[in-house]
Amino acid sequence: MYKYDQYDQAMVDARVEDFRDQVRRRIAGDMNDDQFKPLRLKNGLYLQLHAYMLRVAIPYGTLDSRQLRKLAEIARKYDRGYGHFTTRQNLQYHWIKLEDAPDILAELATVEMHAIQTSGESIRNISADQYAGAAADEICDPRPWAELLRQATSFHPEFSYLPRKFKICVIAAPADRAALRWHDCALRIVRNEAGEEGFEVYAGGGMGRTPFIAYKIRDFCPAAQIFSYIQAILRVWNLHARRDNIHKQRMKILVHDLGEEEFRRQVEEVFQHFLTLETDFPQAEYDRIAAYFTPPPFETGLPDDIDRSDPEFALWVDHQVVAHKAPGYAIANISLKPIGGIGGDATAEQMEVVADLAERYSFDEVRVTHAQNLVLPHVRKQDLYAVWQALHEAGLADANLDLVTDVIACPGLDYCTLANARSIPVAQKIQRRFAEMERQLDLGELKIKISGCINACGHHHAGHIGILGVDRKGTENYQLLLGGSGAEDTTQAKITGPGFDEDGVVDAVERAIERYRELRDPGERFIDTYRRVGLDAFKEAIYG
Amino acid sequence: MAEALRFRNDDPIEEPAVTLDAFLDQADASAVRIEAGEDPRRLIPVLDRVKLVELGIPRFRDGRCFTAARILREAGYEGEIRAEGDVLVDLIFFMRRCGIDSFAPSAPLNRADVDACLSRYEHVYQHAADGAVPIWKLRHG
Repeated sequence: MYKYDQYDQAMVDARVEDFRDQVRRRIAGDMNDDQFKPLRLKNGLYLQLHAYMLRVAIPYGTLDSRQLRKLAEIARKYDRGYGHFTTRQNLQYHWIKLEDAPDILAELATVEMHAIQTSGESIRNISADQYAGAAADEICDPRPWAELLRQATSFHPEFSYLPRKFKICVIAAPADRAALRWHDCALRIVRNEAGEEGFEVYAGGGMGRTPFIAYKIRDFCPAAQIFSYIQAILRVWNLHARRDNIHKQRMKILVHDLGEEEFRRQVEEVFQHFLTLETDFPQAEYDRIAAYFTPPPFETGLPDDIDRSDPEFALWVDHQVVAHKAPGYAIANISLKPIGGIGGDATAEQMEVVADLAERYSFDEVRVTHAQNLVLPHVRKQDLYAVWQALHEAGLADANLDLVTDVIACPGLDYCTLANARSIPVAQKIQRRFAEMERQLDLGELKIKISGCINACGHHHAGHIGILGVDRKGTENYQLLLGGSGAEDTTQAKITGPGFDEDGVVDAVERAIERYRELRDPGERFIDTYRRVGLDAFKEAIYG
Repeated sequence: MAEALRFRNDDPIEEPAVTLDAFLDQADASAVRIEAGEDPRRLIPVLDRVKLVELGIPRFRDGRCFTAARILREAGYEGEIRAEGDVLVDLIFFMRRCGIDSFAPSAPLNRADVDACLSRYEHVYQHAADGAVPIWKLRHG
């Protein structure tokens, strides 16, 4: 894992003092709330329905046990004893006091963490494949590039007041576990015919009220030039984006307005200019960063089999454990989706249990997934049973990864000022409806994603089944969508028709799922049946 | 108009800045104002006669001025670039890094706050128009 040197530490320490001073000037009345708002947002501090929310950056979703314990401590000391892992691999506290925020940032800085650019119109925390460094299918670990770009895009002076937010994602595998093409700028590390490393670059993706799947803007950008290329994308957007309508300022809108070809042409022109400025980080700096991500000292000669005599454990292994690149090791997913719980929430005690397990069994590493679960990336297969027992004791041993109850949901109207409707109760009702394990297993992979408003933090556009909460004449109403995907087969979900009330949408989900069971070929996933038979076959079942 | 803030040693330009269109049409003008949304690259062919570029900042959240200033500096322009309008204390560090070297804020700025903001970050992560040495360079000598 990356470790700060004195420069990185000085940057986050300065940021703490910067923010402390901004809070002081706000409280002294030297600036009004309109002026303060973008400043606090750049430090991840939102004003929500009941309190301030603080979003802490978890760069590329990687944590160590010391950091996770600090997150637990902050939850206990400054919040209500829990935190919420987000679809951007970050962590949010929902009950923060403004006057505590500078102290919390100071505490985070002691474990090399921060909340820099986790919201507002800035280059956001960079997301990545949660299995980086462990996945059997990756061509390399994408995190050195994510860290390099974290530094390159932190406090970038030209791009600190962008038209809107800007999200970057980096992966290095053919499988997409990070919703790659739903980002403004999506990078996949590939090798060209000469065996050189570079980036396949996608641009202009995003959810929200005008969803677009990012298009491929470049087949191959040499790795050493990627910062220039990203700066070129940002400059073209910053120069030309609309500034008159907040709903039309994301980069995806500019790409759409200019057209893909013209956007590409302009980016290429500015890219050539950036290359002359020599702003790219040199190989030596990449090598310095990459050294922190060398694979941990995996043991060899470990047994590759797992004792499955405990059936409950065997079920967990079948659903939560994924192939690792090193023989004798496994990737263990930890579900934060207990039936009837709040998806993505973890108590301070649970965080500490996971931190202990990471320290003891996973080379001190934890990952956060965009599906709001956690991962122990490097567990010896022979330790899986002990890990499972500890998780079981902490209420973290659900075996529902990518199943119907592994629902993504935004905080919704229970917390968020932007929301039109609640998300959490809908997710809980769906979970309860399908709680029976046999039924979940029968349905197989089925990704349900729920957003409480058009901003789509719950990724409803990318759900096999998506649910969007809207406000219809003062009552909560839910649209149903089908056919989305955030995986390598990215598609945008389609609205089925008129919306439902809270119970109605749960019934409608069940009708759609029952129709799938009637129509599916043996072994076929929901999404594949949908793609084969089309929307109408489902509409008929949903609306009768 | 509050007190101006200037980080240059040469004499201030007294000539009023004309619009970009007017400037391109006036061979002897030397001060030009670029509004947010106007393409600063139009000025590049005539940069040798420019002594002052005033960038209009209609709202402090409008970040186009940062790109405009950098484009001019990258084209070799060494004259004054003045940010005029809704300039707030917390913008000035980034503006300085992008090559803006004078400020005409519409509301007065507290000089002590400005100085604190400008001196808070000892290092920077990336190149910009201010010549600051990025951290990666410090790391590798």
